[in-house]
Amino acid sequence: MTKSELIEILAQRQKHLTYKDVEFAVKTIIEQMAQTLAVGERIEIRGFGSFSLHFRPPRTGRNPKTGESVPLEGKYVPHFKPGKELRERVNSSVDIPITDS
Amino acid sequence: MALTKAEMAEKLFEELGLNKREAKELVEMFFEEVRGALENGRQVKLSGFGNFNLRDKKERPGRNPKTGEEIPITARRVVTFHPGQKLKARVEAYAGSREQQ
Repeated sequence: MTKSELIEILAQRQKHLTYKDVEFAVKTIIEQMAQTLAVGERIEIRGFGSFSLHFRPPRTGRNPKTGESVPLEGKYVPHFKPGKELRERVNSSVDIPITDS
Repeated sequence: MALTKAEMAEKLFEELGLNKREAKELVEMFFEEVRGALENGRQVKLSGFGNFNLRDKKERPGRNPKTGEEIPITARRVVTFHPGQKLKARVEAYAGSREQQ
């Protein structure tokens, strides 16, 4: 499922809202989530999961072409921990094949 | 303070002019549709944010950390989150701004 498919589904289920409204709402939600992580704050959605930042310490990397050592700074990466309801629901459907559509 | 569904609904109320009930419902439906897709084996791609993928794990040996007793960890399906390039770049920029402080 892609963002545009998600917008389609929500628009069909919320007939009193226009497609444009739902599209703007979905984009607003995603942007607010990204912005929250971009300023180093957490996201906590009960039954879905939480997003936070994990620190990756500085390390010495290598330029794959020249083999030269390159110092890499420490950085933060986004991390997701699924909530209980999501974990249980996903695990209840092991018989259903995994698809991208 | 972590971002929650209440704050997301508040934002839709402010920026989209949805009434508070509609805003709350839409935020709830957003996460429910993502959960529903994953529950049905469908991986979710939200451009500008990241992908929620599914992985089937085989049974593996485990241990009760308290008693030391050996108990197999049963086969299961789990959700993994992979942040997109854009989100990773925004989060790293936050780390950069913190180092300058």
